[in-house]
Order: sequence, then C-alpha cells, then structure tokens
Amino acid sequence: MEDVAVIGASMTRFGQREGWIRDLLAEAGRECLDDAGVAGDAVEHLYVSNMASGEFEGQTGVPNALAHDLGALPAYTARIDQTSSSGGAGIYAAWQSVASGASDLTMLVGGEKMTHRTTAEATDVIASLTHPCEYKHGVTLPSFAGLTARLYLDAYDAPRESLGKVAVKNHRNGVDNPHAQFREEVDLETVLNSPVVADPLRLYDFCPITDGSAALAFCPRSDAEEYADEYVEVAGVAGATDTHVVHERADPTTMRGVVESSDRAYGMAGLSPDDVDVAELHDMFSILEFLQFEDLGFAEKGEGWRAVEAGRTDRDGELPVNTSGGLKSKGHPLGASGVAQAYEIYRQLVGDAGDRQVNADVGLACNVGGFGNCVTTTIFEGVEA
Amino acid sequence: MSDGQPDPADDTGREAAGDTGDATPTFEAARYPDGSITYPPHPVGPGGEAPVGTVDLRDYTAEVVTWTTSQASPPGVREPNHVAIVEFDVDGEPVRAVGQATTGDLEIGDEVEPVYSEELREPGAGIREPASQSWDGFRFRPTE
Repeated sequence: MEDVAVIGASMTRFGQREGWIRDLLAEAGRECLDDAGVAGDAVEHLYVSNMASGEFEGQTGVPNALAHDLGALPAYTARIDQTSSSGGAGIYAAWQSVASGASDLTMLVGGEKMTHRTTAEATDVIASLTHPCEYKHGVTLPSFAGLTARLYLDAYDAPRESLGKVAVKNHRNGVDNPHAQFREEVDLETVLNSPVVADPLRLYDFCPITDGSAALAFCPRSDAEEYADEYVEVAGVAGATDTHVVHERADPTTMRGVVESSDRAYGMAGLSPDDVDVAELHDMFSILEFLQFEDLGFAEKGEGWRAVEAGRTDRDGELPVNTSGGLKSKGHPLGASGVAQAYEIYRQLVGDAGDRQVNADVGLACNVGGFGNCVTTTIFEGVEA
Repeated sequence: MSDGQPDPADDTGREAAGDTGDATPTFEAARYPDGSITYPPHPVGPGGEAPVGTVDLRDYTAEVVTWTTSQASPPGVREPNHVAIVEFDVDGEPVRAVGQATTGDLEIGDEVEPVYSEELREPGAGIREPASQSWDGFRFRPTE
C-alpha cells in the first residue's frame, strides 16, 4: 500500500455567498490545483463531498459538473455523502484511491450551499438523517445537543459556563481566519445571555448555516517532492459508525464512532493522543468539543470541560483545538467542513497558518456526521523535503 | 395514523404505534432472543438476532434520562417542542425511547407515562415524504 501525501489545499471564504454549489466547488477546486501546481487534466480521481445539493438546490450530478468545470475530464468521479462527515469520508476515499494505486493524483472537493434556505428549512434537511421514530417527534440535531448537554453537565458536575467558553475560544480563533464566517470575538456574558435554542444551550453554542467549499490534492508520498517542498502525510485515517437511533447508545455522552475511528487511526499512524500537537474537532455544537476531546483520548471521560476551563485548548495552550475558529466561528457548510478541517491542519503543519500558526508536527481532524452517527478521524504529519 | 399490526422486524418507523383494534394503538418495542428489548424494533437486535416478540410500553412508566425544550422547530413541528429521552424498566430490562414531552417542567429522574397522540408532527410540512412513515405516537407525561 502506498503512503499518501497531501500536496495542496484550498478553501473559499465561508459565509453567505452569492454562488451556487457548482460555483463554490469550482472556486475551491481551481485554487487547490493552483496550490498544488497541477493542471486539471492531471487529476485521475475526483471526489466531491456533499450532503444535500439535491435537497438544498435541486442540483444533482455535481462530481461530473465539477470535472467539466475544472478541465479534469476524463477523471473518475464520485460523490461522497455521509451527512456532516462527508468531508472526512471524502478524505478516506481519496486516501484509499491513492494508497491502493488506483490513482496517482486525486482531488477532493467538499462543498455545500445552504444560506438561501431559512433556518427552519435547513434544520429540516439536516434532520432528515434521523430515524423515523425521531423525525416524527420533531427531534433535530440541535435537540440532541440540548439533550446531551443537560446530561453531561449533570453527570460530570460541569458548569454551564464551560460550554460557553468553547464558543468564546473558537470565536477568538476565528478572528484571525480570513476564510471564517464570523471574525468577531464574543464574551462569555454575551454567550450565556443569548437566546435559548435547545436548553441548556443557547444561540452561541451552535454553528451557523453556511455556504462554502474546500479542497485537497493527494498523491503517493513517493511523488510528493515533484510537487512541493513541504507537504503532509496522511499518517492514519479511519471511519466508524454508531447506532442510527441515538437514544439506544449505552452512554449518550460517549461517541463510539469517535472512539473506534480514532483508535484505528492512532494504530495506523503508530501514534497516541500524546503525540498530537493541534486538533480540529467538529464543534457543530459546543458540547461536541467536550465529547470528542474525551473520546479521542485527550482527557478522561467527564474531564474534557476542565481542559477548556484551564486554557489547555487555547491557541497558546498545551493542545490547541480549533485554531481555525472551528465550525462555530468558521461556519459549517456540511460537505465542506471535514475538508476544511484538514485544510487548517495542512496549513498548520506546513507552517503557513499566518496569525493562527502554532508549533505542530502532528495534527488531527475529527469529522462527525449526524449526532456521532458516522465519524472519520484523520492524523496528518508534516514532512519537509 | 398507525398502520395496522406491524412486523417487529420492520425498521421503517411504521412500528411505533401498532393498531391492535383497541381504542389506543400500542407502543411497540421488540424483544430479542438474548432478552434485550429495543424501541424502535429493528430487523436485528443488539445481539445480531431477529426479534422473537413484542412488548407494549404502554403498560410501563419510565424515568427521564434527559430532556430539552427546542425553541427552533422545523416545519410542521410545534414550537416550543419539549423532547425527552426516557428509560423504561421492563421486568429488569432497560428500554430507552425518545419522544415529545407534554411539558417542559421536567427534571432528570422524573417518572413519566406514555400518552397517545394521533399526530405528533404535520405530515408533508417537512422534507420527508408523508407516506414514508407514521406520524402518530406517544408523548411522555409526568405521572401524578
């Protein structure tokens, strides 16, 4: 099996964008080709991570459209839909295509166009991933976040303020990200006094609805130096699923998909949680940062909130988390988010993260679909030629 | 509305309120050979085997595991929407369910009972095809 390198990365500005899904994907795709220094017709496999272009926009067949728009014909194309973890699943597919020897140059482009829909409509498109026994009760992803946050705070005696500090931290990080949807700091008082969405969670505990796209270019590591002096290696990647019905999980505060996928990714990389220098976690809701932090092995169960309280996850902390601003501040265009997490890790590891730069050799991205229903964990290592 | 006597192995969501001809449809969970019980019923249980029977959760009360009140409902859903995860004790076997609550005045550990509702959410208002699942079911009400 070939070792796999990432040799280029890009992302569009996230937020409310005028373009539609084809425009956003093509924008990120072109920038990624430029970043990697390759022509469109060199791409052998082209994957598009996207959850719901048909439901949001009435546009299907986006991989073929993108291949044409990038001049990537006759590349093999496929759409990767794994709801909010489509980006992570796309990384897995792209890695697989190169590791297997099927492709010597693979491009992954993730994207979603959402903001033309109302919040209620977008929430319903996302909630359509739920089991019928959940959907008919109007249970949404924010509902699951409220249910889980209440249980977590009660079970582990965590203060409500600790969740608010996740939002404060990630907004602070987003200020320095030119691609982020929100680039303004918020204080804890504002977070804790914002409107209730699904109690005990409030508006600032939730990510926004976002348009945007991000892209990565992959090749065999043995070829990487033809393209770049600095690049990153996919050291470990694995995906896992949990129950479709959320209430059937033995411990609702544990995301088994995170535990299983990260165990396998650490094993593949020959690394442990202690080796990770920077991490991008799927903070679609503030409570998810605690759960992933624990289930990735960065803290004992029920102790993740203490890391935020102690500043361990700050940009200048022991393990910076969501230096990009996370989904919370950067935004969450569903199919793009997992790719954009990897974009941030890539920039950090090649030393090109600007004001967000931290000292890192190993980075981890954890991309979560549904409420932990599907998860991909990827570990990257920086390489200097 | 309910869809008649369900196949306990049917995972389409049409199992939640089986109609046995009684005035109130059943709140049907599936029992598997290893003794485990799930709501909703699945084609295979936690032990990987097909269900061998059903349990009517109407006959039991449950304890609130956690709850929330959603203030941002999708189309066709009441607002605010009180939702709880509850746990039934079926002769020593725990069975969890999620559903709307009749009130937001709840605490973790409260005892609740299922109460039938003919329509939990307006079919056709959301993205899901109305005929693809049932829309009736059971809410959870604190016991007196």
